[in-house]
Amino acid sequence: MITPDTAPPLRPPTSPLRRLLGKQPLGLGLSLPYIVFLAAVMAYPLAYAVYISFFDYVFTAPGMDMDHPFVGLENYRTALTDPRVLQSFGNIAVFLVINVPLTVILSMGFASALNAVTRWAGAFRVAFYVPYVTASVSLIGVWMLLFSQDGLVNTILGPLAPDPSWLVNDALAMPSIALYVTWKQLGFYILLYLAALQNVPKELYESASTDGAGILQRFRHITVPGLRATTMLVLILSIITGANLFTEPYLLTSGGGPDGASTSPVLMIYQKGIQQGNPDVASAIGVLLVIGVGLLSLASTRLTKES
Amino acid sequence: MTLTRRALGATALAVPLTLAAGACSRSAVDPAQAATTRGAIRIWVSNNEQELAWGEAVTAAWNAEHPDEQVTLQEVPAGASSEEAISAAIVAGTTADLVFNASPAALPDWVRAGGLVDLTTFEGGREHIESRTGQRARDYAEDGGQGGYYQLPWKSNPVMVMFNKEIFAAAGIDPGSPGMDTFETFLEGSRQIVSSGASASAVWPAPTSDFYQPWFDFYPMYLAQTHGTLLVEDDATTFDSPDGLAVAELWRAMYEEGLAPREESTDDAMTMGTTAMQLAGPWAIATYKDQLDYGFMPVPSADGIAPEETITFADSKNVAMFSSSRNRLTAWEFLSFATSEEWDGKLLELSGQMPLRTDLLATYPDYFAEHPDYTSFADQADRVADVPYLSGAIEIWQRFRDEFSASAIFGKKSVADGLHDAAEQIDQLVQKGAR
Repeated sequence: MITPDTAPPLRPPTSPLRRLLGKQPLGLGLSLPYIVFLAAVMAYPLAYAVYISFFDYVFTAPGMDMDHPFVGLENYRTALTDPRVLQSFGNIAVFLVINVPLTVILSMGFASALNAVTRWAGAFRVAFYVPYVTASVSLIGVWMLLFSQDGLVNTILGPLAPDPSWLVNDALAMPSIALYVTWKQLGFYILLYLAALQNVPKELYESASTDGAGILQRFRHITVPGLRATTMLVLILSIITGANLFTEPYLLTSGGGPDGASTSPVLMIYQKGIQQGNPDVASAIGVLLVIGVGLLSLASTRLTKES
Repeated sequence: MTLTRRALGATALAVPLTLAAGACSRSAVDPAQAATTRGAIRIWVSNNEQELAWGEAVTAAWNAEHPDEQVTLQEVPAGASSEEAISAAIVAGTTADLVFNASPAALPDWVRAGGLVDLTTFEGGREHIESRTGQRARDYAEDGGQGGYYQLPWKSNPVMVMFNKEIFAAAGIDPGSPGMDTFETFLEGSRQIVSSGASASAVWPAPTSDFYQPWFDFYPMYLAQTHGTLLVEDDATTFDSPDGLAVAELWRAMYEEGLAPREESTDDAMTMGTTAMQLAGPWAIATYKDQLDYGFMPVPSADGIAPEETITFADSKNVAMFSSSRNRLTAWEFLSFATSEEWDGKLLELSGQMPLRTDLLATYPDYFAEHPDYTSFADQADRVADVPYLSGAIEIWQRFRDEFSASAIFGKKSVADGLHDAAEQIDQLVQKGAR
């Protein structure tokens, strides 16, 4: 009778260095520059911001010896009891509620339409992409002219124009910014969806057509599920970039106006940390924002995850 | 992942973190050695055309005489305001040796951050400052005027009301004597300008939330109304008062009636003729001299004050020496040279801005004889007040602006509540040393 060989397979002898570097040392070497970059530009500042948020901290000149006493959660208490800070978080919630769904719906819809277009497809794609690659400062100048009190939009609307006008109207300032950002970023997200659409098998559409499915049914039952992973990416990216809103309220509504109605948390961080010299409270706001964005990203991942 | 590979991962992260921390460490200057050292220095000046021309002239004159102590001129780094860029440079230790454009509102915080040098530590420092500027220099000194000077009071831009004579005439207001020196007549004149169709607005200050905007709407009128009472005096706010209320009510009426737009102008409203007035300093003469027919009048007050008694906002910019300076003796000597009577005269000639000197009219009689437009500013320059010398001044002004915006500009609360809320918040900040 032949007994099966139950002895463990022989493994080649490995040196401690080999064990340390793993099976693919080259991979580690290739990824090291990016690890260094991430650590220096992202991890270190983030860790330092978390540290600052627990101390009574001010920036000082080199050689200036100043105590930075530990204050526990005091900076968080200061941030969370400041009505302007709370207002900024409320404002960004309004922004995200408008911007994120609009971004997903419009970019998916336009990408599907562009994917079906055969003539002038390149020109259409470029047209959507141009706002994304154009400097925000110049685009904002155009939007200010369009949406100012005596701008083109109000001229066209005539008696239907809102009073106060768009950018100085409490209720319309943040939605106006959300629309602007949606329009500006749309080209990038369309590009993501267009790339993903190339991976949806054409046979699925053909067989659905054979079975009598219309355009809307094909979109709902083939395109939307086929783009689920990309939708998750678009959701997360638009939440992260949206929560970090700064340029638009800074320029379009002249520093978060009217009366703070479009102030974003990042604008508050800038005001408190850079302008007013309170980096400790600014860091606390930053940490709260990171936590909020993390939770929202997690929720959107759960939402779009395939069962 | 094995333990060794975990350790490797941690090391891979720790090394760059340490390197990053090392890269961020900053070397300090030995102050004792720097105070007696001469050599090349750098100076920052404002980026406007006139001040750059002055900067180039003064550095060229100095460099010709001091081949071993050359001065390099640079524009102050760009930022939303130069104060932000300078604050960042102080922390990084990358400041020039001197800055000729420092806002007094930012200076106390730069002192707190250890970014500036006390100019009285140089021989003759206090004498130079006080003999040049007189008693007013004490407003810029530490310890309520008794301590050191971390800034040399350099120049002021006394704020007055600039108006477009053509628009005034079209509105039926006599440009030679507008008679708008009380709040009531100012409001009435403004209504006349808009209702006549002479201009879309009467006055168009930026209604934005920037901390410094009160200096060009509320504060000049408040100083006029109170004969020079600062926003904060003796560690307490002063504006939650009938005088403060009178000024804020005027602005509330201006905004509510559409005489001052709530939206920021997308272009220069004075040049475009979309407004008739603006609160401005003598810098405006150089800007508008070829574009419109202008006149100036003192800022109004509730009951009207004679022009020769009206106090307004100084809008001064001062000179400071940074603690990053390694050749402080040269920096001090250049500072003294650049703020001599001769070079102050050159500044006046090139920029039209008023050197913070005593008795300007008598010091530069030829200039004012040739440039009568500037005479009213020179006269006004003797009756100015500045921002209070406070740690955390920018946060204090921001709180004031926020409440002023909510009440006077956007009418979300009464101006009485707005001023009261601002006073409450600012008093707390002042008590805490603005921390």
